[in-house]
Amino acid sequence: MAEMREPIESGCPDPWQYMHPVMRKNFGMWKYHEHPRPGVLLHVAYSGDKIWTVKAGTQRILDVFTLRKLCDIGDEFADGYVHFTIRSNIEYLVSDESKVQPLIDALEGAGFVVGGTQNSVAMISHTQGWLHCDIPGTDASGVVKSMMDELIDEFRNARMPNRVHITTSCCQINCGGQGDIAINVQHTKPPKINHDLVANVCERPSVVARCPVAAIRPAMVNGKPSLEVDERKCICCGACYPPCPPMQINDAEHSKLAIWVGGNHSNARGKPTFQKLVAAGIPNNPPRWPEATAIVKRILKAYKEGAKDWERINEWIERIGWPRFFEEVELPFTKYHIDTWRGARASFNSSSYIRF
Amino acid sequence: MAIDKHATPMLDQLETGPWPSFISGIKRLRDQHPDARINAVTNDLLGQLEHSYETRKGYWKGGTVSVFGYGGGIIPRFSEVGKVFPSSKEFHTVRVQPPAGNHYTTAMLRQLADTWEKYGSGLVTFHGQTGNIMFIGVDTPNTQNFFDEINDYGWDLGGAGPCVRTAMSCVGSARCEMSCTNELKAHRLLVNNFTDDVHRPALPYKFKFKVSGCPNDCQNAIERSDFAVLGTWRDDMKVDQAEVKAYIADKGRQYYIDNVITRCPTKALSLNDDDTLDVNNRDCVRCMHCLNVMPKALHPGDDKGVTILIGGKRTLKIGDLMGTVVVPFKKLETEEDYESLVELAETIIDFWAENGLEHERCGEMIERIGLANFLEGIGIEPDPNMLSHPRQSSYIRMDGWDEAAEEWFARQAEAGR
Repeated sequence: MAEMREPIESGCPDPWQYMHPVMRKNFGMWKYHEHPRPGVLLHVAYSGDKIWTVKAGTQRILDVFTLRKLCDIGDEFADGYVHFTIRSNIEYLVSDESKVQPLIDALEGAGFVVGGTQNSVAMISHTQGWLHCDIPGTDASGVVKSMMDELIDEFRNARMPNRVHITTSCCQINCGGQGDIAINVQHTKPPKINHDLVANVCERPSVVARCPVAAIRPAMVNGKPSLEVDERKCICCGACYPPCPPMQINDAEHSKLAIWVGGNHSNARGKPTFQKLVAAGIPNNPPRWPEATAIVKRILKAYKEGAKDWERINEWIERIGWPRFFEEVELPFTKYHIDTWRGARASFNSSSYIRF
Repeated sequence: MAIDKHATPMLDQLETGPWPSFISGIKRLRDQHPDARINAVTNDLLGQLEHSYETRKGYWKGGTVSVFGYGGGIIPRFSEVGKVFPSSKEFHTVRVQPPAGNHYTTAMLRQLADTWEKYGSGLVTFHGQTGNIMFIGVDTPNTQNFFDEINDYGWDLGGAGPCVRTAMSCVGSARCEMSCTNELKAHRLLVNNFTDDVHRPALPYKFKFKVSGCPNDCQNAIERSDFAVLGTWRDDMKVDQAEVKAYIADKGRQYYIDNVITRCPTKALSLNDDDTLDVNNRDCVRCMHCLNVMPKALHPGDDKGVTILIGGKRTLKIGDLMGTVVVPFKKLETEEDYESLVELAETIIDFWAENGLEHERCGEMIERIGLANFLEGIGIEPDPNMLSHPRQSSYIRMDGWDEAAEEWFARQAEAGR
């Protein structure tokens, strides 16, 4: 065997060398920003220096041709410095205003979408799905492509009451994160166990420990050590599937989509909030998932028409109340919306506050 | 040699519509890339993905792949249907740590693209939800080759598994007037102090650092990290009254009252009769709303620092947890300040490594043992800033009340309050 190369444990690289010179010069000395048009930010430093940011949405999973095209545009029309946002948008930094419009034209001409700033529907943050994940119930990239095709005008224009962050996740672990609107797979049936494989594939005590409701216990099945699930207790969360793939939770028919609203990371005007369930049982319907997109569009329409400036979706609903929310978005309210998890009581209305 | 292309009628429907299509990108690699290996890999990848779309199921399984000297950083993927799609039967992801704040030059991106197409599928994401650059699709031997080459010119793997994970920080001081700290420095000092714990998973579960420069928390640190660092300030916010007047002249008084004054969560704002703004800085909780509305008129104060929250995470296993304030305010200016930040992280990780159960996040451990016990374990005194309100339940023994009260007054006296 050839001698193996020892790794250089350099860790997280220093970004200083990759930063636009105007950003280096004015580091920590920025004064204010303006929003000249959707997709463009202008930041002004105390020194008087200015930098324009042009933001573009992409397909997120980039092939090297697309990555090089983004680089070509950065070299020809910008200053060669880019920044990626947390939602996988690319941002070009330029210190000369005359470069802004040609840069926008070049990006749009190459099929990218300039927008995503301020009161827009931002790029949907998402996860890997069928393309790469080992436990996915759906394909996040396909859901996102289908939805962004329909929401593109709201990405290009900043016409919402406040910014809208949408996320998708291919299982209930919710790697996509909290969002103003979150589209997440929700399993609806207990796992189907392949008892022939459990003993060889799964470390049984750690699978038992993984269950949030203690519904899994060791058992002998057909003379082999395996696991069994108390299906009356099982909440179909799928937590046993990653450590024990023979406990198959995904199911072509019973893995559904659910929609959650009101997750908000910011501290502005109120403390950060978690998202709340509003719709479930939505078909997991590739390649275009039209049912999920239709509900998202109804929520966005009601929010756009009903919310006041600066209200995020959670704040809008807090003002108008949940009964009116369900009415406006034409979604059913069911017993499944009533929380049963620890701390559920805190979500009950213990007052006489009723809107009529 | 021409390849036998898999039919992809369902995926083809994702090539229509105005948003850029990831399917078209994968097809470009299949049809136009000069390397026959990449053509074959992406063809079989499309074949397997189409199969998933037809059957509504995933077909990747994990395993054990790493590079020499490390235990993590690679997400191994082996296909369950590799016999039908042999060219993509090993399709691992390499997690690479981005520069803090996600700043790049096009030259650096090109260099990464050149190396990646030598060894991998040609598919890459900036960035995954973990904050890593995701190089998606490489077989086991080339995982080492790819890593060796990019590691030589300055890139290192991120975390995967029960370890310290790749950290994230916002654009911050590099371009944002709201920034209250040096996000890049805090980010790199924290995560790079734990490179051994990043590369060799040996903790109860994952541990994430995220740094946001202000309470707008663009990095979702409170909800998504075990150790959240948020910039803030403790003196008065800066008010440019001329800009306030200009804003009111432009937007109107009613708009100003409805969108600034009455939106303050602690009612700390008041509009004077001459259209200047009064701020009660002792009531202000630094929520950022009024600064967001009027970035020209209002700015954070000069006495900047950070608030540290511990224990945020999503559902599994006990339910969603936001981080909890453990350090209400900490200056981050001198090298000693930064050293003590890193020491705090070491103390917390050590305590959790010792006391956390397998697969138990730090926040879940705090829930199990209680915040008071956690604070005692890491040597931090309780502070009312850590709570929304004091306890409501009377079911508690308080044998040590008198001593605890004396300690409180002693600490207050020491702090000069």
